[in-house]
Amino acid sequence: MKAENAAVSIRGVSKAFGSVRANHKVDLDIYRGEILALLGENGSGKTTLMNMLSGIYFPDEGQIFINGVERVIRSPRDAHALGIGMVHQHFKLVDVLSAAENISLGLHERLNIREATERINEICEKYGFDVDPRQKVYDMSVSQKQTVEIVKVLYRGADILILDEPTAVLTPQETEKLFDVLRRMKKDGKAIVIITHKMHEVEEISDRVAVLRAGEYIGSVDTRDMDVEQMTSMMVGHSVSLNIKREDPVGVRPRIEVKGLTVRNDEGVLKLRDVSFTANTGEILGVAGISGCGQKELLEAIAGLQPVESGEVNYIRDDGSREPLLGKDPLSISEMGVSMSFVPEDRLGMGLVANMDIADNMMLRTCRKGKGPFTDRKPSKKLAKEVVKKLDIVTPGITTPVRRLSGGNVQKVLVGREIASDPKVLLTAYAVRGLDINSSYTIYNLINEQKERGVAVIFVGEDLDVLLELSDRIMVLCGGRVSGILDARTADKNHIGRLMTTAGGREGHE
Amino acid sequence: MLNFLLAFIPRAVVQGIPLLYGCTGEIITEKSGNLNLGIPGVMYVGAISGVIGAFFYERSFADTAAMNPALAILIPLLCCLLGSLLMGLLYSFLTVTLRANQNVVGLAMTTFGVGFGNFFGGSLIKLVDSDVPSIALTATSAFFSKKLPFAGSLGAIGDLFLSYGFMAYLSVAIALIASYVLNHTRTGLHLRAVGEDPYTADAVGISVSRYKYAATCIGCMIAGLGGLYYVMDYATGVWSNNAFGDRGWLAIALVIFTVWRPKLSIFASFLFGGLYILYLYIPTGMDHMELQELYKMIPYVVTLLVLVVTSIRSKKEDQPPASLGKAYFREER
Repeated sequence: MKAENAAVSIRGVSKAFGSVRANHKVDLDIYRGEILALLGENGSGKTTLMNMLSGIYFPDEGQIFINGVERVIRSPRDAHALGIGMVHQHFKLVDVLSAAENISLGLHERLNIREATERINEICEKYGFDVDPRQKVYDMSVSQKQTVEIVKVLYRGADILILDEPTAVLTPQETEKLFDVLRRMKKDGKAIVIITHKMHEVEEISDRVAVLRAGEYIGSVDTRDMDVEQMTSMMVGHSVSLNIKREDPVGVRPRIEVKGLTVRNDEGVLKLRDVSFTANTGEILGVAGISGCGQKELLEAIAGLQPVESGEVNYIRDDGSREPLLGKDPLSISEMGVSMSFVPEDRLGMGLVANMDIADNMMLRTCRKGKGPFTDRKPSKKLAKEVVKKLDIVTPGITTPVRRLSGGNVQKVLVGREIASDPKVLLTAYAVRGLDINSSYTIYNLINEQKERGVAVIFVGEDLDVLLELSDRIMVLCGGRVSGILDARTADKNHIGRLMTTAGGREGHE
Repeated sequence: MLNFLLAFIPRAVVQGIPLLYGCTGEIITEKSGNLNLGIPGVMYVGAISGVIGAFFYERSFADTAAMNPALAILIPLLCCLLGSLLMGLLYSFLTVTLRANQNVVGLAMTTFGVGFGNFFGGSLIKLVDSDVPSIALTATSAFFSKKLPFAGSLGAIGDLFLSYGFMAYLSVAIALIASYVLNHTRTGLHLRAVGEDPYTADAVGISVSRYKYAATCIGCMIAGLGGLYYVMDYATGVWSNNAFGDRGWLAIALVIFTVWRPKLSIFASFLFGGLYILYLYIPTGMDHMELQELYKMIPYVVTLLVLVVTSIRSKKEDQPPASLGKAYFREER
């Protein structure tokens, strides 16, 4: 029944949340000295399965063998005792505690921060991490936090490591650093599972891929025997083509003109310095940059949500007349057809109301249209049904509160609604953050459709490969400054990577 | 001036002790992420429980001189702890196990606690058939407020530092111990983690419910002692309904004032104790009694100022525990 010399063997494990079947009779083997990529669409149960290994959830049925012995993992503590450590997608760190305190959290030994610091430094040296044990977590960048998470797992002596979307928020350089560390751990004989949606990373780092579809285990294959399209077909269950169809822009006219935009945030930190560019109709302007380099402020300034220190933002009408957007309130700006879909890091923070259902969330955009004091629910219900169908949103129904949907599905609801409002300008940030490859391409195609309709799209993205494939032009932001605007058809990835980090790239993290 | 201070400070201190108990208890509770607004009620229950214990022990003697000093202290003390513990268990069961709204439960418990105190206080008053609406447990109180024998012979130093009953020193000791445990032990680290981010704490194997239960119950027991101190020492053993007043709320305000630091709360509670009675020392004359009411506001105004200052500075360490007031459910998604 169980595989020989596997570090972990999962057999027939199922887990349901209410009526939603997250995992159904899953079998999976994880070996030492190997990096396994766990693939699947959003909501296919990857994270749930791994959460059962790390003791967060308890399986409804099935067996788990660790090193050939059947074990019951009732709590995270049991998982630690078995050498299983998980780095969660949303970091599990206490902000006000230092790195060392976070790392030694939950252990039983007498609290001795000095000793812990020494051991942390040892681990860092061994694998090449860069962690200051005394630094408070709230002072850290995303990649530093992730490093702390990994050290935390190693500190507990874990030799089975699970990483849930570790690269989602890292720059290409940081990702490279992480992969070096993972390879070193692999050489050290550790078993590593990585969940990611970025297929080129799967090809680069993993030895084997295992695929889940709708909570069921489909199979596993050696990575070198597969290409991206085959893997995706396995995930989706039918063959898909992964091409972003990039038409040459037609009817290009300037639509949004930004001149010398300077923005300070609430704490008085300069987030944008003297930013100037033009967004054209029928064109996708990609915005690249390390997260926190002013992307959010830029979009919010255009949408009228962010007070501006100096500069101009003009909307250029079809007849060439200009209208300043600054000083207008968000409502009148959005009535002019400037639509923003911003997916913040916590997904539900802006744009959707977590406790409201899909239909009501659709209505947030249109609720002012109805006559009289009463709302008209019919159009929003219809729209909700359309969006659910068109974007393949996995949900028990349109009356389910949005917070119960998996992250990727939440995003589809948001993007679907923004596109449905028939915009003239579409501002999107991290539209595919956390989405699986198939849904990502659905979103890319939707954005492309908008472009072909003549919409001016500003697309803030994280994945440089996608930005290069999707955009017509790429603007690189670095520490709130524009460090370059390039033609996406000829631009070079490494060049963009350098532009992202030069010219005071860290200032954005102050 | 010096004489005024010498007279004022000990009075401020004895006013501050019940607040210190309440504040320390509430800090420990809040560090676990439980916002227990039931503290005023808990202090009432602690007080009346102690009074009931003392009442029956004292009544079992015809001659109070025959009372055993150890039992005279232990019985009210244990009754008080038991009463407050039950309140703590009730709060924890409702908010942690059943995940009820903490504010609602807390406010209900305050109403309940005050009513509970007044009901049994009134019953006891009926039992003794007294002319005045209060009961006096003078003999028990004598044991509680016993001063160090040489305190009187040390002049100003003795008055300032040694003129209090043992529970005053106990309150300071508890605050110091709480401060040490919170900041320098693993238990404290885990407790803070639970209050800041229970999901994280849970993921590293800390039992969130156990910490929440323990912190809330211990916090309630400490707060209950504040009620006991008030009756047995400050009020010289006299229980009358509603005499405890709004000290429980003041204790909760103190928690904010001290930005969740038990060590700071020692001085802060004496300061609040002073502010609480300041109106008695500012001559207003008979024409302007309304000014007194304004002076009584001072502790709350000071708390508001602290809130303003800490939120302007927005230093992470001075903020309330991040998950304060939220119920924890592991499989919430």
